[in-house]
Amino acid sequence: MNALLDALLQPLSYAFMQRGLVAAVLVGIVCAVVGTYVVLRGMAFFGDALAHAILPGVALGYLVSGGAREPLFWWALGASIVSALGIGAIARKAQIKEDTAIGIIFAGMFALGIALISSVRSYAVDLSHFLFGDVLAVSLRDLGIIVVFGGLVILVVFGLYKEFLTLSFDPVLATTLRMPVGLLNNLLLVLIAVTIAVSLQTVGVALMVAMLVTPAATAFLLTKRLPYMMALGAALASLAGVVGLYLSYYLSIASGAAIVLTSTAIFALAWTGRALVQSRQQHDPAGA
Amino acid sequence: MYPHTSHVHNQPILDVHELNVRYNGHSVLQEITFHLHAGEQVAVVGPNGAGKSTLFKVIAGVLSPSSGQVNVFGSGPVGHVCIAYIPQRSQVDWHFPVTVADVVMMGRSAKLRPLTWPSKQDWKLVHEALATVEMSDLAGRQISQLSGGQQQRMFIARSLAQEAELMLMDEPLAGLDTPAQESLLALLNRLQQKNVTVMVATHDLEQAARYFDRVLLLNRHMVGFGPAGQVLQPEKLMLAYGGRLHMVETEGGLLALDDNCCDGSVDPT
Repeated sequence: MNALLDALLQPLSYAFMQRGLVAAVLVGIVCAVVGTYVVLRGMAFFGDALAHAILPGVALGYLVSGGAREPLFWWALGASIVSALGIGAIARKAQIKEDTAIGIIFAGMFALGIALISSVRSYAVDLSHFLFGDVLAVSLRDLGIIVVFGGLVILVVFGLYKEFLTLSFDPVLATTLRMPVGLLNNLLLVLIAVTIAVSLQTVGVALMVAMLVTPAATAFLLTKRLPYMMALGAALASLAGVVGLYLSYYLSIASGAAIVLTSTAIFALAWTGRALVQSRQQHDPAGA
Repeated sequence: MYPHTSHVHNQPILDVHELNVRYNGHSVLQEITFHLHAGEQVAVVGPNGAGKSTLFKVIAGVLSPSSGQVNVFGSGPVGHVCIAYIPQRSQVDWHFPVTVADVVMMGRSAKLRPLTWPSKQDWKLVHEALATVEMSDLAGRQISQLSGGQQQRMFIARSLAQEAELMLMDEPLAGLDTPAQESLLALLNRLQQKNVTVMVATHDLEQAARYFDRVLLLNRHMVGFGPAGQVLQPEKLMLAYGGRLHMVETEGGLLALDDNCCDGSVDPT
């Protein structure tokens, strides 16, 4: 028992682990709450594309600031919001299918980002930092940004709960209730964009979509109402953040990957458990 | 409540005038003209692709007409919150994590200001609406657990919670078994007592003739509008359905059989 407690407490003696844990939990909560709408509206590919499309913005900020990491959040935020609204507009107006349009922009922007970063000498190290994040390098200032902007995102999601719910379930109803449908759709894109910018440091560009989708999808399997789906998704994302960081510490694997793998394992468990319960119900319809 | 238009009550609840809708260069609706007074119940019949869903969406202010006018109580539909469009059941994501009461409450969100949450009064109205459609005991059920008839009645409850005065129902009877259809038709009768105006898109000519005040026969243009006896005439039906409708002479009179009745396919418009 003492050994287990030691194993849990020992990493906490490092300030970077404390900050990392707080960051992983907070980012997990924000991603899961926003991710609920990403899952329900089938926007996983959009989220993935958006995360990749901010790379040129971040790279540009990196070049302009001469390698300093402090201003990067603002570049990520700007790039993310511009890309979100841009992808949204092009997907609506393009004569080709929406996912094709998203795919073209996403790959093009991502390539531009890689091209920009490759002009710097420490190319490989810097690129991997943006691609995979490093939750253990989170500073107190980063935590402050996560709290303020993540908190803002959650406040908007709760303030406009009935609007986003109605719009996502039945956009025609939202229109006949004369809600500002276009504005709300764009606002949701901006919320996803801010969430991605806030999470960049923790999981990086490449694994972002897992943070948005996996805990929310797990919660979708296990709940039947939206508020519960959000709450359970946030709880599971926090759990995955904590467990993932400990795994990362003891197994010496990349933190972002460890968090996402834990989240995926939780999803697999939930999916298997649900399938077992359902097959039992089918064999025993009386539920006895 | 979001900005909306107030009603001019000496105007008809719905006035459609020379309505034309073109979509991607194709004419979907041509020269539709009719008007309805409060409390009327109209069946909209016509083959698949006749433009029934499009007509409803233009009346609801969801689609814009290419030319012509839709007026609801004297002004265009876009300002009104009194119009409810009830979707075809195949268009709904039934695995969405909401209960029956959650869906009905969505109808109330028209009456709530932005950034506010439902009050006790709103929940009371939601439960009254559920009682009207005889679904009080199912309020907490996830929507994927409902039968087809219950799904349809839930949407009517949502329209009641919205305090809709004009309900546009897209194929509500399609795919329901006979008891569910009868329960829905009885509910439409109760709506008439509440002075709710109803337009129902349907494939079933016999029900259209038996249960509705008037029939609108549609195939991109308006073939006929009026009492069933005047509209559902063989020559008009042939005009609307072409070769797809079979006429059968029986002892009781002329029987019209629609080829694509109840095939479960989705209206492409």
